[in-house]
Amino acid sequence: MPKIADTKELSSLSLHLAAHQIDADFLISVCGGPGCQATLCHEVADRLREEIESNGLNGKVRLRVTGCHGFCEQGPIVVVDPMNVFYPRVKPDDVKEIIDGTIREGRLVDRLLYRHPVTGKALPAEEDIPFYRPQARTLLSQNRMVDPLSIEDYIAIGGYQALGMVLENMGPEEVIMEVEASGLRGRGGGGFPTARKWAACRAAKSEEKYVICNADEGDPGAFMDRAILEGNPHAVLEGMLIGAYAIGSQQGYIYVRNEYPKAVEVARHALSQAREYGFLGENILGSGMNFDILVARGGGAFVCGESTALMASIEGKVGEPRPKDVHTAEHGLWNKPSCLNNVETWANVPTIISSGAGWFADMGTEGSKGTKILALTGMVKNTGLVEVAFGTTIRAVVEDIGGGGRNGKAVKAVQTGGPSGGCLPASLFDLPIDFDILWEKGSMIGSGGLVVMDEKTCMVDVAKYFLEFLQDESCGKCVPCRVGVSRLLEIVNDITEGRGKPSQIELLEELSATVAQTALCGLGKTAPNPVLSTLNYFREEYEAHIRDKRCPAGVCKALISYRVDPALCSGCKACLKACPSGAITGAKDQVHSIDMQICDRCGICLTSCSHDAIVVQ
Amino acid sequence: MAVPLEPILEGRKSQPQQLIEILQDIQEANGWISPEAVTTVSGELGVPLMEVYRVVNFYKAFHLEPRGKNVITLCMGTACHVRGANPLLRQALGLLKVEAGHTTQDGLFTVDAVNCLGACALAPLVIHNGVYHPNMTPAKLRTLIRGLQKAEGGTSDA
Repeated sequence: MPKIADTKELSSLSLHLAAHQIDADFLISVCGGPGCQATLCHEVADRLREEIESNGLNGKVRLRVTGCHGFCEQGPIVVVDPMNVFYPRVKPDDVKEIIDGTIREGRLVDRLLYRHPVTGKALPAEEDIPFYRPQARTLLSQNRMVDPLSIEDYIAIGGYQALGMVLENMGPEEVIMEVEASGLRGRGGGGFPTARKWAACRAAKSEEKYVICNADEGDPGAFMDRAILEGNPHAVLEGMLIGAYAIGSQQGYIYVRNEYPKAVEVARHALSQAREYGFLGENILGSGMNFDILVARGGGAFVCGESTALMASIEGKVGEPRPKDVHTAEHGLWNKPSCLNNVETWANVPTIISSGAGWFADMGTEGSKGTKILALTGMVKNTGLVEVAFGTTIRAVVEDIGGGGRNGKAVKAVQTGGPSGGCLPASLFDLPIDFDILWEKGSMIGSGGLVVMDEKTCMVDVAKYFLEFLQDESCGKCVPCRVGVSRLLEIVNDITEGRGKPSQIELLEELSATVAQTALCGLGKTAPNPVLSTLNYFREEYEAHIRDKRCPAGVCKALISYRVDPALCSGCKACLKACPSGAITGAKDQVHSIDMQICDRCGICLTSCSHDAIVVQ
Repeated sequence: MAVPLEPILEGRKSQPQQLIEILQDIQEANGWISPEAVTTVSGELGVPLMEVYRVVNFYKAFHLEPRGKNVITLCMGTACHVRGANPLLRQALGLLKVEAGHTTQDGLFTVDAVNCLGACALAPLVIHNGVYHPNMTPAKLRTLIRGLQKAEGGTSDA
């Protein structure tokens, strides 16, 4: 493919590709997202390829392995167009039926359709499924329409047209004004107004400036950036190109975390295609703009999601943050003005330009515009990636989209925003998803992780979990984070191990306030949030641990013991075989017993017993 | 067999900013970063030996000891945590008699506990040599590990 010379050529290519795309009679899309990969979608895709080949359907059917469709719980997902049939949990052996039924005979394979969880009614179309219906999938919906390895697919759906518009008709300031009018705020955690970042970087005086894409999605429980970068990489590239034009940058970086090797591969492939087509390189679309992007791989350090640490890491150094009194917009990467946004933020930019700031600002709340992708996980029925307009309530996400608690258990709380966020109780589920409101309530949207917790989740243990995480991930540069978090963890350990004293609650609050005020970087400042929010909303659980030496959820090892209920035990030996400590004894068909002297309280027997005969006390 | 460093260093010598990228490539090619590799990289890039060690120790992606033939990675992210990642880790460490992040003496198994693998919808998640095992349970994990031990015919099954 020769380079595209100007925007006219791009428009005609786009029209040509859009027309060409429907050359085949059928399009089978197989979700290749992180969830479906884990459920072996590639075996389904391989089988589809074989069946298409052996049935002589090569010209008639196009097979496309796409990025994440969102409904990971139901993977592997296969969608057949133009009928728009959604087949969940497809196994390689189901493929023949799909080809014979849907492709050759044009009918739905009833057995494979998604069924409404309550009514049992078959729901063939994605948009009728309760998980999808309340969503506003402006970004994620693109995943289904493109093969991540095909720039042609992206151009066919209007990709790079926003870049064309910008280069031809808009000045850099105009671009920034448009982004400002859209109200776009950073999706990585801070929620800082994107246009203000761009304007500051544009205003900075320097020959060299950098735009950087933060794909170091380190928050546990978040995987939307991975889904976008692996599923629709050109949207990110186009967003960066528009940002680079607005700021006046010639070089960009995508910093991808080490745990995402496929994202690195897809991003590199997308970059080489974009270079071939002339979207990167010199004199882009004949505009005189020069810009290129490199991929930098992270090394598996949570702190590198912080802007200054990330820039140090790109420079090949240890990823330690530095004080923020010197702004990265003026002195960032290689000490040059730098503009860092995360994957989801960049990917929003092309649609804002092509559909207009007004379209974007119409969605959401006063202070939070557009949509947000949430990773809905934990003890909820429907897990996956969810994209909703800001202002949607937590309840709508957990109950309508998520289908409520898993295994019929009552949902107790959601944890949002990863280690910098907090836990919100079920009584606050009518709160809207909104940057400022969640922050006021002691949590944050962060990058969009939403982990659902039920009655079997101990909130003190959750606080301990995050403190252990933060202690492990602290870069160690500043004392408040390095020592403060360790002290917090010691206190919480005392409480979970039955050594807690009433005065320690106050001490936790005091120490948390000090860490929040004095830590060097944003990650350190927000490190006490999980402790503070659980103390705030679930104080009675702390008190039960301290006063009664009891863990209400039955999680904290030192405060619980197990016994076998003789009325329920069938003597099947399942728990006996499962116990790694050898603490369970009993003959076949005889009631078993647990020796608490040997028992490690790991809880494995609980999961292995099919008669609910193991009782936690 | 260690892969020679020369092709990895080619075209990137005397460029200190390439340190992490080069270490990534060595880690990927050899599965670990040997003391000899650290010394060579330090000399060729002009980065002090201490700084190279500092970087290698700072980032979790780099390993200063060889990895096992079977690397079992357990995700300890929040979603996995609330769905029972801890019993899984104890199960794996107990079965293989090894500490997290370390390798069995026969070199057959490494157990890693990592902070999030980004497939949270399928928690709890375990990866064996790059292959995902979603919705893991202690029983499934035991079957997986026992199966691997049997296939290896090794001695890790103490």
